[in-house]
Amino acid sequence: MKALRKFLDKIKPAFMEGGKLSAFRSVYDGFDSFLFTPNTTSHSGVHIHDSRDSKRAMTLVIIALLPCLFFGMYNTAYQNYMAAGVPVASFWEMMAYGFLAILPTIVVTYVVGLGIEFAFAQWRGEEIQEGFLVSGLLIPMICPIDTPLWMIAVATAFSVVFAKEVFGGTGYNFLNIALVTRAFLFFAYPASMSGDKVFVASESIFGLGNNLPDTFTGATPLGEVATSTGSVVLTDLSNQAISLWDMFFGLIPGSFGETSTLCILIGAAFLLLTGIANWRIILSVFAGGAVMAFIAHTFATPTYPGSMLGVGEHLCLGGFAFAAVFMATDPVTAARTTAGKYIYGFLIGVIAIIIRVYNTGYPEGAMLAVLLMNVFAPLIDYCVVRVNINRRLNRKKVLSNE
Amino acid sequence: MAEKQTNKSVIFNPLSKDNPVIVQILGICSSLAVTAKLEPAIVMGISVIAVLAFSNVIISLLRNTIPTNIRIIVQLVVVAGLVVVVNQLLLAYAYDVAKQLSVFIGLIITNCILMGRLEAFAMANRPWPSFLDGIGNGLGYALILVIVGFFRELLGSGTLLGFQVIPQWCYEHGYVNNGLMILPPMALIVVACIIWVHRSINKDLQEQ
Repeated sequence: MKALRKFLDKIKPAFMEGGKLSAFRSVYDGFDSFLFTPNTTSHSGVHIHDSRDSKRAMTLVIIALLPCLFFGMYNTAYQNYMAAGVPVASFWEMMAYGFLAILPTIVVTYVVGLGIEFAFAQWRGEEIQEGFLVSGLLIPMICPIDTPLWMIAVATAFSVVFAKEVFGGTGYNFLNIALVTRAFLFFAYPASMSGDKVFVASESIFGLGNNLPDTFTGATPLGEVATSTGSVVLTDLSNQAISLWDMFFGLIPGSFGETSTLCILIGAAFLLLTGIANWRIILSVFAGGAVMAFIAHTFATPTYPGSMLGVGEHLCLGGFAFAAVFMATDPVTAARTTAGKYIYGFLIGVIAIIIRVYNTGYPEGAMLAVLLMNVFAPLIDYCVVRVNINRRLNRKKVLSNE
Repeated sequence: MAEKQTNKSVIFNPLSKDNPVIVQILGICSSLAVTAKLEPAIVMGISVIAVLAFSNVIISLLRNTIPTNIRIIVQLVVVAGLVVVVNQLLLAYAYDVAKQLSVFIGLIITNCILMGRLEAFAMANRPWPSFLDGIGNGLGYALILVIVGFFRELLGSGTLLGFQVIPQWCYEHGYVNNGLMILPPMALIVVACIIWVHRSINKDLQEQ
């Protein structure tokens, strides 16, 4: 650590004004404050003297994502072995396979996303904001494991440029970057983002895992629901029925990091303890989803097979829990007012289940629900603030009349 | 018009500095609707050039006889007549494209660029400059349509004017056409990119 600090101090003069590499000053600053705590906190006045900046917050979110990440690695290998019909290998072999399967995607996402962020920061002569630190890990986790890398690269580039940089960079984006990436993939390359082939890793890597035949099918539970007629029976890849506990624990096919509700809840607990995420939003998303799932289940018809699922199944399946904990709580794109947060979260839950159940074209609605409410968040805030102002004006009127 | 415009500026300004689509932001709706493929974009561009040029000339000839109160109606009648002629010509000689464009040929009548040019230019200028103005603005509109159509067809379908441009081995190696390009939202983003590039070149157009 000391050697690193020394090295950074040694190369610092080259990056200062007048130095040879002064054009890359923001890159230097970015790495310096990423590796060490920033040395510029406020020293006077009524500020909170704390080194907790956006970088620190981002790092905490990354830590909260780790349970899902590790579980996703194991589950990737697990689904591969299940689909091949082979007994499960040792734990470390499974983890190694999952790690090798997801690593290229993570690397591509970070290289493309950070590359664009760095380029824009240099071009504008601004400091680098590490807003992409979290997005770069979220993107691999919400995509199917077998998404081609070039698609990830194109979608990441699109979303960083058009959802974030054109609006002014980190903190000015009104849509969640990771979800824009996924939405781009979903609409641009639907064949690679849905169906019953993409959610299970199908190739062996360095001798680990199994090559699956082209004929295998591995639909996600929600995919099965969308295509089922009459009664809904959910099965995993070896044709065993899936219980609610399986859905909660998460050894089911799905996007890489969002299958395990258990790990998501561990991450949520961590985020709440460290004060990063807002409990109001998480709670109200689940409440909205539960209410809407209950209504749909009460009026269940075979026309909409999704309505046959119970409340618990709806909350555990697909990306709902992941969206509630890691997507809806994004402080930049969520509503800011307290009352607004309840409305925002509740509507995300309701809309996610409505899309899932009543729009048979989309098996999963959490992504679209969060994006839609991202757009409405400023309006919700505006209304909440206006209501508050009007109430206080009325109170003043009443007082002055007395 | 405060300053006297030369015929040259009348026809060339709308191509870039005074482009109806990317500077005045007019006619956006049709540029979203007809640009999924290059061919309808070109036909639509030519149709608008023709309608705009001739309606400009006709209104310019009539300008001193049109009562101010009913000038909009007169303009509409002239444009509607020309649109019907263009539509019939397309149905006769380019039936497939006419089917693709469907209502959008008819909707040229509501294109903001037309009413804008008639009101702003043809009502106050002689027939020859009005004709050039119509050609210029039509070309400016068609230019943007063709650029947008080019990128949308190339990236969305891998073809240009119906011919396959992206070689087959790309598809065999995993390339997939971008389905989002076919959808209208991407037309907006492509137009936005053109505006972005255009304003970075012409710094005087940048808003403060």
